[in-house]
Amino acid sequence: MSTTENTTGRGTKDVHIGDDSAIAREAVLPAAGGSDPRPLAAPTTSVNPIQRDHATTIFEKGVEGRRAFVAPATGVPEVALDEILPAKLRRTTPARLPQVTEPELVRHYVRLSRRNFDLDTGFYPLGSCTMKYNPRLHERVGALPGHSRLHPFQTQDHAQGALEVMYGLERQLAEVSGLPHVCLQPSAGSHGELAGVLLARAYHEARGENRRKVLTPDTAHGTNPATVTMAGLEVVKVATNPDGGVDIDDLRAKADDDVALIMLTNPNTLGIFDPNIEEIASIVHGVGGVLYYDGANLNAIMGITRPGDMGFDIVHFNLHKSFTQPHGGGGPGSGPIAVSDRIAPYVPVPVIRREELAPANGAAAEHRFELISDPADLPGGVDGGEPGSRSIGKLRGFQGNYGVFVRCYAYILSLGGSGLKDASEVAVLNANYLLAKLEELGVREHLPLAFGTRCMHEFVISGGPMKRDLGIKTLDLAKRLLDHGFHPPTVYFPLLVEEALLIEPVETEARETLDAFAEALAEILREAAEDPTIAQNAPYSTPVRRLDEAGAAKKPRIRQAIA
Amino acid sequence: MTRYTTATDADREAMLAAVGVASIDELLAEQIPQALLLDRPLDIPEGLSEQEVNAELGRLAAKNTSAEDEVTFLGAGMYDHYVPSIIDMLLGRSEFLTPYTPYQPEVSQGGLQVMFEYQTAISELTALPVSNASVYEGPSAVAAAAYLAKLVNSKTGIVVSAGVHPHTIQTLETLAVGYGSTVTVVPLKDGVTDLDAWSAAVDGDTSAAILQQPNFLGAVEDVQALSDAAKDDSPAVVIGAYDPITLGVLAPPGETDVDVAVGEGQTLGNRLDFGGPSFGFFAAREAFLRRMPGRIAGETVDVDGRRGFVLTLQTREQHIRREKATSNICTSQALNALAGVVYLGWLGREGLPELANLLVQRTHYARTTLAAVDGVELLHDQPVVREFALRLPGVDVPQLVAYVQDHGVNPGLALSRTHAGVHDDGLLVALTEQRTKEQIDELARLVGEAIQSQRSGTTDAAARTEVSA
Amino acid sequence: MADASYPEDLKYHPEHDWARIDGDVATFGITWFAQDALGEVVFFDAPEVGATVTKDESYAEVESVKAVSDVIAPLSGEVVEVNPALEDSPESINESSYEDGWMVKVRLSDPSQVDQLLDQAAYVASLD
Repeated sequence: MSTTENTTGRGTKDVHIGDDSAIAREAVLPAAGGSDPRPLAAPTTSVNPIQRDHATTIFEKGVEGRRAFVAPATGVPEVALDEILPAKLRRTTPARLPQVTEPELVRHYVRLSRRNFDLDTGFYPLGSCTMKYNPRLHERVGALPGHSRLHPFQTQDHAQGALEVMYGLERQLAEVSGLPHVCLQPSAGSHGELAGVLLARAYHEARGENRRKVLTPDTAHGTNPATVTMAGLEVVKVATNPDGGVDIDDLRAKADDDVALIMLTNPNTLGIFDPNIEEIASIVHGVGGVLYYDGANLNAIMGITRPGDMGFDIVHFNLHKSFTQPHGGGGPGSGPIAVSDRIAPYVPVPVIRREELAPANGAAAEHRFELISDPADLPGGVDGGEPGSRSIGKLRGFQGNYGVFVRCYAYILSLGGSGLKDASEVAVLNANYLLAKLEELGVREHLPLAFGTRCMHEFVISGGPMKRDLGIKTLDLAKRLLDHGFHPPTVYFPLLVEEALLIEPVETEARETLDAFAEALAEILREAAEDPTIAQNAPYSTPVRRLDEAGAAKKPRIRQAIA
Repeated sequence: MTRYTTATDADREAMLAAVGVASIDELLAEQIPQALLLDRPLDIPEGLSEQEVNAELGRLAAKNTSAEDEVTFLGAGMYDHYVPSIIDMLLGRSEFLTPYTPYQPEVSQGGLQVMFEYQTAISELTALPVSNASVYEGPSAVAAAAYLAKLVNSKTGIVVSAGVHPHTIQTLETLAVGYGSTVTVVPLKDGVTDLDAWSAAVDGDTSAAILQQPNFLGAVEDVQALSDAAKDDSPAVVIGAYDPITLGVLAPPGETDVDVAVGEGQTLGNRLDFGGPSFGFFAAREAFLRRMPGRIAGETVDVDGRRGFVLTLQTREQHIRREKATSNICTSQALNALAGVVYLGWLGREGLPELANLLVQRTHYARTTLAAVDGVELLHDQPVVREFALRLPGVDVPQLVAYVQDHGVNPGLALSRTHAGVHDDGLLVALTEQRTKEQIDELARLVGEAIQSQRSGTTDAAARTEVSA
Repeated sequence: MADASYPEDLKYHPEHDWARIDGDVATFGITWFAQDALGEVVFFDAPEVGATVTKDESYAEVESVKAVSDVIAPLSGEVVEVNPALEDSPESINESSYEDGWMVKVRLSDPSQVDQLLDQAAYVASLD
């Protein structure tokens, strides 16, 4: 394998830096969908200016001696290194990091940023990902030094504001989920899932049961089965019925006393709320199993219905989905979990408690927040039954992604209980409206709804008929959407739908945007009926066109060769 | 209608008409069983205006004592390094802040190239040929490496040095239940991993042998000796948890026979944030490429021959391999990793060693100065880079911390908080380039004063510490 | 990619694997149908020489960019050779499924198992 080949064939001295000033902002990517109906590039037209730019990495720029950082003087009496750090422990050659000035560094990364599509620029209906607007207020409050420069080992009397944020967010999430106890620690949804499966395991083992099976529907996110394996349990797949819900007969057949838990998303990845959820809960509880709710689709139900009321024992939240933490190009996320009373003793430590302090001489009652890492320090100790008293332990360092908590707490304060409900209601309305619009424009003739007639906050259409009738695949449609200035939906997921497109329009998108997106889909189908090769070779107006993914996988080049 | 929801009443009516229902309630009632519909409003107060939320989060921030408010010598895994201004600017750009994972490479070249550059920087730093595009953070990165080891050799023993961060050991113990592994902790001797005990603990059933460099007490380990010992007659994968800043001066893992190097990336351009978000880095020998967790960007060309980048080797990942995936990780820490690569570019080839040298010198000065204070001893005398441990025999260290904090300086971590019963009189002191000679001198003065005040039995400090720690 | 073909001199397993029998040694590979369904092969995760393979069970994996497939052993035995060319040219599995794209040679532990495999006509019929 060659990981280090420099395919530019150039040395660092003659690297083409490019003329930034010549490139208008608008020329970089197609304009946001619906805002600029300029004609799209035909297959043979020339590329836009930035495409002529050869991609060069920061390691190919700069020259010997250039630098951005200037170290302050040590300011202390210096000692020969050999006297305090023996040579055999030291590095002999420096890491070959870039040699660039600050202006070069800024230009490089600003130019790179322009080669990204982003949510602030355009519609991003990526199903299962909840690409809703990220309020800028959150970035401001997250950056306040009192939050952002707070050390995680700060003594608790000096971190009461942070603990109050965490306690408040826990209470809010408990209310949204309908489950009494929350642990904020997991770093992302999949981390929350891992916590959840380990919690279910601990719960059963404490009862002397060694249950091995985890039921997962065949529509499940890939993280579900992957998590089960990491938690040392065994995946048992449950089929989907013709309405898109769990196949109850198959569930009954597979539910036995070896079932540790079932992992469900509701609404599921088809955007369908399983009407049999109470029966599912009763079947699984009937065999002594635990119900786990994958909260990836929570944006459909906030304030409308609650996983706890449906019978779930454990829920994870994706704070980067329903609660507006910006996705950051793939993180950071945060994946808190909420649990029922019977699971609570096992939650990860530390746990936060609110202690009421005795009022001093007529003063108002005060309270203090406390972070408890050792279950022995809880009231009643390890046998007291308090959350964390029989903790499974820690899942990561410190308390979790606090910077995310601050942003999400601000979001919930902004919306309030009724605002959260309104957000979910409009998310559902937007999805159903888009579905109706696709029907009105005839799009669903070629891209039919995979299951049912209505949806919750997202829906799945199948590109199967389009592929047969018009000769373009879902992938082609997705790539052609890029030329229209839209980010495509999630494609080829869920796996059980042929040529699937999973579309989630979210509540922060305006009706006009949904109309424009529907029109773009209709236009691509019209165009394909005349000439399918246009979509088959799309996109044309992006910084690069279709990339050779097979070549990348065969001979992986995953880092830059450095002279 | 909230300020982020776009639909007006008129929009709603038009949209409901298009859908063919009279109300949103009807739309929901068609799909959700009546018994499950929440019959009351959520018990969360009504929403607030932007300025009110801004004020509330400001009020809460003001209740914390941050590194802005005191001179801090706290470390123990996260450090108060200076974050250059360009990082705020670049991370605030919509194009980096708001996209999803780059599933459509044609419109994600910026993010993908950042991943590629990040992987390159991590490989250079660690002298290991393959790196992924980040995992969550430090301790869980070690647990992810232990899972890789299990996939590679199918063994079930995890041997970990007591010099590894206690949060890391706790994380390993939690996840080992799922891996079907057992965790054995090897003690320290004179502040570093006891080589004889380590050699004895690592055997034919050992899957992973885990060390930390520098270790939790700040001591620099002889990693080569530990690697050699671990590989003698054992299939063990040697895993090192590194503080990346110290790799400006310390021998890199790839040159000391470490197989997988991971670590907490916070020190590379990320803020403290009360513990996160930051990122974990993950680099390995080439043989482990197809067992790596997480996303990896690779270089390729487009149909016109233009250089471009894609997510590659995705068959490792959960969305394809499902229950056989190398990890369940999906979302990682892309934005924090961007801060990391920008920071490394900003430090540059000469800057990283200069910064590391600065830390070594100031840390040496601080250690010597503090050790000269009456009542203070070194907990160990091993070489250190940026952090060192002290013993204060007979001193109530949490009370000392409270006293010094009352004078505007946070002296570091009372080791009783992480090693109760083992290092009850220990204090762990960390340096960054933000801590000057004058601040070090002030720390030494206050520590001396605190010890004297305890010896003379001054009561107000004692009373104040009741609710502290 | 070559056109569909199913040589008559091979034996077939219903999971779309073929075996070329030569005394007590057989060469294994995947059929044209299998490689077509998988798409462009980018990686062949081979077993080690000396490994035991069991009829009807997976002995290797083939990967395309977005899929992984288990490769099922049509017969039982011990791996005596692995096609070294597939490491650098996994695309041979697409381009030459029956010749350059062979995967392993196996010394059969029970040559009588051959009788349980399909002949060309029966396999082709099973594809409809």
